[in-house]
Amino acid sequence: MPHPAERRLVFEHLDEPGYTPDLPCYLRYGGYEALRKSVQRQPAELVDEVKRSGLRGRGGAGFPCGVKWTLLDRRSGKPVYLIVNADESEPGTFKDRYIIHQDPHQLIEGIMITCWANQVHQAYIYIRGEFPHGARLLEQAIAEARAAGFVGPDVLGTGYSCEIFVHRGAGAYICGEETGLIESLEGKRPYPRIKPPYFPAVLGLYQCPTIVNNVETLCHVKHIAAMGGEAFARIGTLNNTGTRLLCVSGHVQHPGYFEVESGKVTLGRLLNEICGGPRPGRQFKAVIPGGSSSKILRFGERFKIKQPNGSMVEWGVEDIPMDFDSLASCGSMGGSGGVIVMDDSVDIVAALANLNAFYAHESCGQCTPCREGSLWMKKITARMVHGDARPQDGELLKSVADQIAGRTICPFGEACAWPTQSFVLKFAGEFAGYAEIGKQPKAADHVQIV
Amino acid sequence: MNLKPETLEKIDGVITHYPVKRSAALPLLHLVQEDQGFIAPEAIEWIAEKLELQPVNVYELVTFYPMFRQQPIGRRHIKVCRTLSCALVGGFQVCEEMRKQFDCALGATSADGEVTIEFVECLASCGTGPVVMIDDELHEKVHVARARELAAQIRAVAAAEGRA
Repeated sequence: MPHPAERRLVFEHLDEPGYTPDLPCYLRYGGYEALRKSVQRQPAELVDEVKRSGLRGRGGAGFPCGVKWTLLDRRSGKPVYLIVNADESEPGTFKDRYIIHQDPHQLIEGIMITCWANQVHQAYIYIRGEFPHGARLLEQAIAEARAAGFVGPDVLGTGYSCEIFVHRGAGAYICGEETGLIESLEGKRPYPRIKPPYFPAVLGLYQCPTIVNNVETLCHVKHIAAMGGEAFARIGTLNNTGTRLLCVSGHVQHPGYFEVESGKVTLGRLLNEICGGPRPGRQFKAVIPGGSSSKILRFGERFKIKQPNGSMVEWGVEDIPMDFDSLASCGSMGGSGGVIVMDDSVDIVAALANLNAFYAHESCGQCTPCREGSLWMKKITARMVHGDARPQDGELLKSVADQIAGRTICPFGEACAWPTQSFVLKFAGEFAGYAEIGKQPKAADHVQIV
Repeated sequence: MNLKPETLEKIDGVITHYPVKRSAALPLLHLVQEDQGFIAPEAIEWIAEKLELQPVNVYELVTFYPMFRQQPIGRRHIKVCRTLSCALVGGFQVCEEMRKQFDCALGATSADGEVTIEFVECLASCGTGPVVMIDDELHEKVHVARARELAAQIRAVAAAEGRA
């Protein structure tokens, strides 16, 4: 059952008894009506609708979706592609998994509306390799939708044609980065491309104009087409419209996925009320609010924020509204919606060592600062947790991280630098004193994390 | 290369999904690995020829993408999530328990060839951690006791098939 503080659009039928991922069920619940309505409209009207909705991309960067679509290079005369980013590789994020496994037709309807709006005739769903069942479910759903005329050579009798194919990744995090994903879809190593000139809207898949949208974003498009952009914009808050899927993991009583109005629920309410608070006898220590790459927030820190109307407010971590702009104003980000919670049992240096091992494993190796730097950060934090910490390690880590961020082709550089920069800044005492802290005997309930 | 007829059929089908044949490299690697269990040198050459590429164009994919392997593995493939959310709720203990259950080193195959145990990065099911994938099946909230049960199930299947 959804929590009363939730507002469900995309997740409306998730876990509903009797709701199945097949087409007859989707149709019983009014499925493909939004597509039926959309193909009666001019494509440009739909693009305007999405612009009016204020929808921002849900993959991580929060870029306005309608604007992204209007950046497409139409003058080249080349075909336009849509790529659905279903790589869901940001640690802490698991929302798209449930859409794909429980409601694949919602995604397909969103894809088809987007394709019609942008006059795309070929879409690819790039799904992470670790979702083998998800890939099969999507293939089945596409086949069903094709047989029923929602996808294929003559969509709903309009003469408009559009095909969707599922393409499986093979375990590389970097394929979540849109230009790396495009290289991967072209059958190459997923080395991200440099922008300019390789903006996907101009030189994307096969050097053709390409839209890359996240699974959740495309599901929102379906709801925007159904309710209208203005109605969607009334949900949530100004500049952070609609609902947001949030994934909570780690040290709360009830981890899981939730859908709330953007900016209408604070981090404190999410964790204490919706997720049942900390485990018995524990207190929250820190939270990573938007996927593992987003900067960590320390419980107890205060933020002085200038609001859009010019007034100042002071927030604790619990007071931060869950939306892109509020989290950005506190120095972190809404990112992919993956909220990772750590309580006071956590050794913060070990937690960073865990993440650094991830980034060192996943750096594609193309840019020297990232390839070498991610490895150094892993080695330094590993050395610290293995009993050889030095008082200056925090500074050393910061110096390495500072030399990665901003010096790489793709945002992985920032993604791997931000955890180190923020952990070291906010838990300076633990890093400085780790030579002693790390030697202390472990509590009986100690959980090894690295 | 001795691929099953249904694999060959799928290969010919998937190549038609793309305007450029090279795009079918990852799908072909998946299909060949599912058929053969791993990617042998002759598989690399075969895929390269099929897609009109040089073998190195395929080889560089096999060495980059973590899911492709160049050696056979155990009959069952146990992948324990290593990343932070699962680790916070006991992923490392689960991995250790699996290793003990099968007397198997991390990243290696048990002496009887029954299982290969690996730590893998985030499986995108962080809310139900610790998670373990056994072959294509995801198992959620796998704590140590559940890990023992899963190990017992794997042994029971092996016994039923006349091994162990």
